[in-house]
Amino acid sequence: MTENILNVNKVSLSFGGVAALKNVSFQVEEHKILAIIGPNGAGKSSLLNVVNGVYKPQKGQVIFKGKTWKNVVPYEAARSGIARTFQNIALFKGMSVLDNILTGRNLKMRAGLLSQAIYLGKCQREETNHRKAVEQIIDFLQIQHIRKTPVGRLPYGLQKRVELARALAAEPELLLLDEPMAGMNVEEKEDMSRFILDVNEEYGTSVILIEHDMGVVMDISDKVVVLDYGKKIGEGTPEEIRNNQEVIDAYLGVAR
Amino acid sequence: MITVETDATFPKLILDRARFQPDGIAIREKDLGIWQSWSWSQAKDEIRYLACGLASEGLSQGMNLAIVGDNRPRLYWAMAAAQSLGAVPVPIYQDAIADEVAYILDNAEIGFAIVENQEQVDKLLEITSQVKTLNKIYYDDPRGLKNYREDQLSSYDKLRQVGIEYNQRNPTFFLESVKSGKSSTTSIILYTSGTTGKPKGVCLSHQAWIRAAKVDVEFDELKSSDSILSYLPMAWVGDHLFSFAQSIVAGFTVNCPESSDTVMADLREIGPTYYFAPPRVFEDLLTRVMIRMEDASQLKKKLFSWGLKVAKKSGVDIMDKKPVSLKNKILYETANIMVFRPLLNVLGLSRVRVAYTAGAAIGPDLFEFYRSIGVNLKQLYGQTETAAHVCRQSDGDVRNDTVGKPMTGVEIKVGGDGEILVKSESMLNEYYKLPNETQSSLTSEGFFKTGDAGFIDSQGHLKIIDRSKDIGRLTDGAMFSPQFLENKLKFFSYIKEAVCFGDKREKVCAFINIDLEAVGNWAEKQGLAYAGYIELTGKREVYSLIGDCVAKVNKELAQDSELANSQISRFLILHKELDADDNELTRTKKVRRKFVEDKYSPLVQAMFKGLDMCEITTSVKFEDGRTGEISANVFIQNTARNAFESTS
Repeated sequence: MTENILNVNKVSLSFGGVAALKNVSFQVEEHKILAIIGPNGAGKSSLLNVVNGVYKPQKGQVIFKGKTWKNVVPYEAARSGIARTFQNIALFKGMSVLDNILTGRNLKMRAGLLSQAIYLGKCQREETNHRKAVEQIIDFLQIQHIRKTPVGRLPYGLQKRVELARALAAEPELLLLDEPMAGMNVEEKEDMSRFILDVNEEYGTSVILIEHDMGVVMDISDKVVVLDYGKKIGEGTPEEIRNNQEVIDAYLGVAR
Repeated sequence: MITVETDATFPKLILDRARFQPDGIAIREKDLGIWQSWSWSQAKDEIRYLACGLASEGLSQGMNLAIVGDNRPRLYWAMAAAQSLGAVPVPIYQDAIADEVAYILDNAEIGFAIVENQEQVDKLLEITSQVKTLNKIYYDDPRGLKNYREDQLSSYDKLRQVGIEYNQRNPTFFLESVKSGKSSTTSIILYTSGTTGKPKGVCLSHQAWIRAAKVDVEFDELKSSDSILSYLPMAWVGDHLFSFAQSIVAGFTVNCPESSDTVMADLREIGPTYYFAPPRVFEDLLTRVMIRMEDASQLKKKLFSWGLKVAKKSGVDIMDKKPVSLKNKILYETANIMVFRPLLNVLGLSRVRVAYTAGAAIGPDLFEFYRSIGVNLKQLYGQTETAAHVCRQSDGDVRNDTVGKPMTGVEIKVGGDGEILVKSESMLNEYYKLPNETQSSLTSEGFFKTGDAGFIDSQGHLKIIDRSKDIGRLTDGAMFSPQFLENKLKFFSYIKEAVCFGDKREKVCAFINIDLEAVGNWAEKQGLAYAGYIELTGKREVYSLIGDCVAKVNKELAQDSELANSQISRFLILHKELDADDNELTRTKKVRRKFVEDKYSPLVQAMFKGLDMCEITTSVKFEDGRTGEISANVFIQNTARNAFESTS
């Protein structure tokens, strides 16, 4: 049996009187892809935010690599190996693709301000290594042709790919993808699915994915968790979820 | 200086290069954002390891090695490695669909294949059941292949390692194997796409290529300091002549782009001195320039159009070193500094000393445009069967309507039906396993029948009219040459492809494929909303845009008494792009005329019947091999005919 990289244990989160998550538990196995689905407002993004420390749940625990999250803040989560992309693209529009991805290496940079300013010896070597790591990601995601293009000039689908590249630059063990395929056309979705699978396969990265396109979810995920009004109403393989009556009623709609 | 001995083969020449020019750069590839180089001596070592690796895996004399992928140093080395063993490399178009590949692999009895990446591996694995002989596939790029468990698969790196060990055990093997190579044996099999029928494997020998390349190298004074960007399919005769044969004979540097999407940027970084592209590439380049100029500031637009005027007036004469008035010289030099040099720099052509175009006829306006802004663009003529070595235009003797004079050692004559016949030392050994076809392609005196109709003019220049089987007559007896009309149409940046019909008919009608980029950009400027290609093709506004282009062509045709009848009286804009995956084009992007006519016969009939609209459903093949159907209402538009007016 493979180990769980992430355990979410009976997590509840509320904002004032609004209960965003009610007693939600699930596990992510190592090297697996987990999809979270559910109607709008079901609490999917809140759940991701709990996992990487943006929100602190009132109840329950998050256990990552065997360590329980205690008062974790996002940068600590990032440092311990969780990277994410956002529902609305959050890149630096005026910077080139290369520079954007390099920002993903920020946590790995060791040289201090002064040595970076002087740019000698160790610092120079470090920068070369970072550039190399970034170039490998560029090669992996096949975005060589836009290496030097400012992100703001790129079409939406490519911007999403750049965001994925930046998340990969942090060499995460767990990758959180918040609607990586929203607003894409069929071809772009196929490309993105391919890349997510490749990342999972090649780097062994575990993935949590929020997605509305059922075709994609069923195709690429190993396990699906369904949320509705903050409650987990289903969990299982794509096949099981497809045949789960409660899920069909809540998410796919009830025919009357 | 390297002298070519009598029994020269490519591997022998590479050994010579490595001996006499060990540190010269043989090949470069952009990888991880950096141009990586291999000297001739490093390239020789790589070829040696690879050849040893393949030998130890069982590749031997008389066998064929399939090579599939984009232009990569390792794939070029694979060609030389196979040749070192007396085996024959068979490059295959990287965008060919599984069925086409299966046919070639089966026909050539391929046992070993070296491919670029996962895409090609998937393609080959899909057809292993059809191709029984295939038992080893080596891949260059391991991305995405980690979890493949097939027995046939192995990586290039492993093969190389096997080769290094084999070489240690048998240190004399490689050199002896190379030494035993014979110049007259087949060095490569190139499958011609052919506008009709199944592909045929053209077997060409070392000596055919080496002789052709030697003549070419002397003709254009190519030196080891020259460099070229290799981005055209490795399975195309042009790429093999330029990037393999000539590079080895002249010792110049071959540069492989990072990916097919980065060619433009790589071209600019490399700044090649020698450049080769089919007309389509030059068209695309110009289209891009025009689109960008439309977005430029007023000042730049004015400057650009002034520059073009100056270029049109005296640019070609200056290129040909003909006398030009002082005023025009000064004007040209000014425009050169302000417009042409910066433009060429953006295109990556500023260092180009010699550029060639071939593969299809080039529009005269397009051709002269490049020449007038300072690119020494010339035409060459040849086909796969003649190692692309028949005619070339020499510096200062370039005309837009001919393809130049025969090269040294090439004999040309015109057959009874106007067909051009060629005889030289650089001709095919045979069509692979097709003795009858081989025999029927040659005349009794050993001339190769090109299938092109043309004539030799009073100055000895060869002029090509069309494919001889395509030339027809209208019902009134006037000559109808579809390619001639299509080339005229295609010069408009809005028109990507055209197919004209008129043989044994009373008038000429045309299919038009719009250029999505150019027309899309135009539509945006007009505030025209469209969701995709199909919708754009159905727009009235687009029809009137294309109608203007057709009208301009008609006006030109009207000035020539012989062609006045060929004016295009009706046209339609096809709802889908003609595509090689749908068999409508060959892999070198030539229209399969007959196939297109049959496939779209309802449309052709509708045009000649005088209908204004026709509904059609066509099947399309997606890149992943699935098929689908698209249907559309295609409009048909009339264009005005001009009365013949003599200009003389």
